[in-house]
Amino acid sequence: MDVVNQLQRQFLDYSASLHREGFLDDQFTQLQKLQDENSPDFVVEVASLFFEDCEKLINNMARALEQQGVDFKQVDASVHQLKGSSSSIGAMRVKNVCIAFRSFCEAQNREGCLRCLQQVTHEYSLLKNKLQTLFRLEQQILAAGGSVPAIE
Amino acid sequence: MAAQGIQGGRKSNKMTALVADDNMVNRAIHHRLLDNLGIESEAVGNGKEAVDIHCSGKNFDLILMDMDMPIMNGIEATRKLREMGIRSMIAGVSTRSVEHEIREFIEAGLDDYQEKPLTMSKLISIIHKIKG
Repeated sequence: MDVVNQLQRQFLDYSASLHREGFLDDQFTQLQKLQDENSPDFVVEVASLFFEDCEKLINNMARALEQQGVDFKQVDASVHQLKGSSSSIGAMRVKNVCIAFRSFCEAQNREGCLRCLQQVTHEYSLLKNKLQTLFRLEQQILAAGGSVPAIE
Repeated sequence: MAAQGIQGGRKSNKMTALVADDNMVNRAIHHRLLDNLGIESEAVGNGKEAVDIHCSGKNFDLILMDMDMPIMNGIEATRKLREMGIRSMIAGVSTRSVEHEIREFIEAGLDDYQEKPLTMSKLISIIHKIKG
């Protein structure tokens, strides 16, 4: 009982910190609410799709920015996609970098774009680690016989 | 995720929906939202596929149409579907916030428009429009 309570408290605190620090916004909570017995792994599955998507798009952006004559429209198309999926999953910090990134694409500013690419790579990697920690906490609660508390 | 096998027909009274979005994260989320409401859905990755699936004889109660898609975007696809005589509820979903772009999308033949990300309450308000 004690162990479960402790783990549940840890989970709620960790989740609250992710929101407080801007890694996640309310959209992530919305996704957690969609998870039920019919789809118990929904959030993990969507997060996996998101990370796959991130990696592919970041690679596309990097390749496009390496070219002699940068096709900023192509870079922007990838950033737009990433902005869309990060917004849908509630990855607020990633989304915010994408917003700045798009301005640099519009201005055809290669240096600015490269800086944003670095930032977005960093934010994606941070978020991936943090979500993996959150999911691990969930697994520990379930393994200890408890249930994952709902986030309000 | 599969709709009924009979061309144009229905095995049950379940509502059906088509999700047209080029982003797989969005497709997964929209499918889950619909599934939670007991709505069977299929997904396509661009406007041309959305038109083609109707040409093959399939019909849906609701179409969730993304604006920005490759090959054929949501505006063109909506226009084409209306020209084909498709009267299903078409709800445009997009991250665009520029008024004239949204207006162009609506004028292409949308019944509703919602800003992404799509949430349960936004989807419910779309569905109320079908029933109402």
